[in-house]
Amino acid sequence: MTLLLDLFGHFAQLSLIAFGGASAVLPDMHRVLVTEQHWLSESAFAASYTIAQVAPGPNLLFVLLFGLQIAGLPGALVALLAMCLPSSAIALAVEHYGHRHREQRWHRLIRHALAPLTIALTLATGVLLLDAVQPRLGPLLLAVVTVAVGLKTKLNPLWLIAAGALAGALGWL
Amino acid sequence: MPPLPITPATLFRTFARMGLIGFGGVLPWARRVLVDERGWLDDAEFADLLSTGQILPGPNVVNLAMMFGYRHAGLKGGLCAALGLIGPPGLIVLALGLGYRHVAGNALIQGALHGMTAVAAGLIILTAIRLARAQHGLRWPWLTGVAAFVAIALLRWPLLPVLAVLIPTSLAISLWEHRR
Repeated sequence: MTLLLDLFGHFAQLSLIAFGGASAVLPDMHRVLVTEQHWLSESAFAASYTIAQVAPGPNLLFVLLFGLQIAGLPGALVALLAMCLPSSAIALAVEHYGHRHREQRWHRLIRHALAPLTIALTLATGVLLLDAVQPRLGPLLLAVVTVAVGLKTKLNPLWLIAAGALAGALGWL
Repeated sequence: MPPLPITPATLFRTFARMGLIGFGGVLPWARRVLVDERGWLDDAEFADLLSTGQILPGPNVVNLAMMFGYRHAGLKGGLCAALGLIGPPGLIVLALGLGYRHVAGNALIQGALHGMTAVAAGLIILTAIRLARAQHGLRWPWLTGVAAFVAIALLRWPLLPVLAVLIPTSLAISLWEHRR
């Protein structure tokens, strides 16, 4: 029970500061779940994130698998709810009390202020995931190719993930 | 054909469809489904909704579902939209996670996941680059971006105090640069 409460507390806190979405706060999840609490191993952490990426749905669903690994199905539900409830309450309050179409100037200002932070956090998540695969030449090269292909073409990223899976399964990495 | 009426039930169905076809993130599909398919919003309304969803904390697309559902069908509408968005794909993710437990020791699977994680890292970095390219305008707030990267990625400091300092700093710098 304490475990579930701890899980809820951590994810609820992150929900309130997840500017840029759930992926942007992955480094902080890693800090707590892997480094501080030892609830997840390095490889279980990376595997959970990656498995959720090959399924359809919003990016935040990887928190289900963190919860699942730590405390079974109740853990999965608690993690997902905690990640959604606080921020949803804020969104509802803004929708209820905010005046639509009126505060464009403030929106722009806040977006300008948040954008560099969001981008930095997203980049930090990328670095963390690279770290998780212990970047030898193979995985590093694969990540670089992914970025290059993504910038140059409109190829569906699922093909890249499939190529990564194949290369990994064949032991090339 | 008149647009489908917006009720909790149609909200659930519509957002479930969006969630189930959205591989690698749902946001691109949100526009296609809500604007093009359903005609529930025009482009400007969608952009407005999206920009509000993006300056709020939390999963952007869940915020969007909540706000849109609430606007048109009250609290029940908001909850049905959000539940449709995360429920059905959530079951798929859980099934994959439970399946993984049985094959976690398999070397082939481990290798495949290793490769997929490397690609996922690349995709996240790609997202960051695309976001950066889409920014026009202010220059000085970038300093806070560099500070955030150093604090989180390199020093591995806790996010809450870092943002508690950097968000107000970034807002102050933006305000100052806007006024100049």
